[in-house]
Amino acid sequence: MYGALWRVLPGPWPVRLLIVLALLAGVAYALIFHAYPWVMQTFFPTPDATVE
Amino acid sequence: MPSTPRPRRRTTVGGVLGELLVTVGVLVLGFVGWQVWLSDDILGSQQQAAAETFAQSLSGEAPAGEPAAELRTDEPPVSAAPGDREAFAVVYIPRFGDFQRVVGQGTSRFVLDSLDLGLAHYDTSAMPGETGNFAIAGHRNGQGGPFTRLDELVVGDRIYVQTSGVWYVYEYRDSEYVEPTQVDVVAPVPNQPGVAPTDRIMTMTTCHPEWSAATRLITYSVFVGWSETMPAELAAIQGGA
Repeated sequence: MYGALWRVLPGPWPVRLLIVLALLAGVAYALIFHAYPWVMQTFFPTPDATVE
Repeated sequence: MPSTPRPRRRTTVGGVLGELLVTVGVLVLGFVGWQVWLSDDILGSQQQAAAETFAQSLSGEAPAGEPAAELRTDEPPVSAAPGDREAFAVVYIPRFGDFQRVVGQGTSRFVLDSLDLGLAHYDTSAMPGETGNFAIAGHRNGQGGPFTRLDELVVGDRIYVQTSGVWYVYEYRDSEYVEPTQVDVVAPVPNQPGVAPTDRIMTMTTCHPEWSAATRLITYSVFVGWSETMPAELAAIQGGA
């Protein structure tokens, strides 16, 4: 899967490496600021901080 | 030196499955690490930004005015209770650094988990400045974790509550650790249900210990005064903002 991705990328290996790093950064950003917050708010409600 | 091309490994179902599993593992570990180390910073800064915006809208109608050098100690004006889930106040706690959070009406999940609100007003408790107990709850960790550092308050620390046109100032006095069922901590006179209040108290509740819902940390503060513009001492801390 990742091997196939590497072969699909254009250019010599330093260029491919840069593209891969950029892709990774993009994925990390999306996870940290969008996907993970959504997962936490949707599936992992924090226990109530109230007295009841 | 003759270079032989490396034999291309064939893509197999097992290979793809393995890569997928490794990817899922990395994502799950990433979520755990994110939740522990990053979530409260990221979600908390969203709540902070929302509070700064809301604070501006609270004071936006009237001209900002000079910060109030002296606190008034006469009878403070008290606003009517807002509708459920409605934002109505901003709490400033300088002990936590640049800390502003919006208070929403009612201790529903909607208010507690909201990235636009974050602090939840016990809707049966008093309003800010009212005789009785102004009680709010906030998460210790997760969903912004506004009250992560609630155990760091020092006696005498001031807590500022901004509503539309009025600033209420409370001073932290003491705290206790109770069972989650100890609802009397938010009674008009804390722990004395049924007794008519004569003082103005502010109670903040959160989870204890961190990352657990086993018990509750309760902090009590007393009303010291109010003003119509931002108290000068807070304005100094906020850098005149």
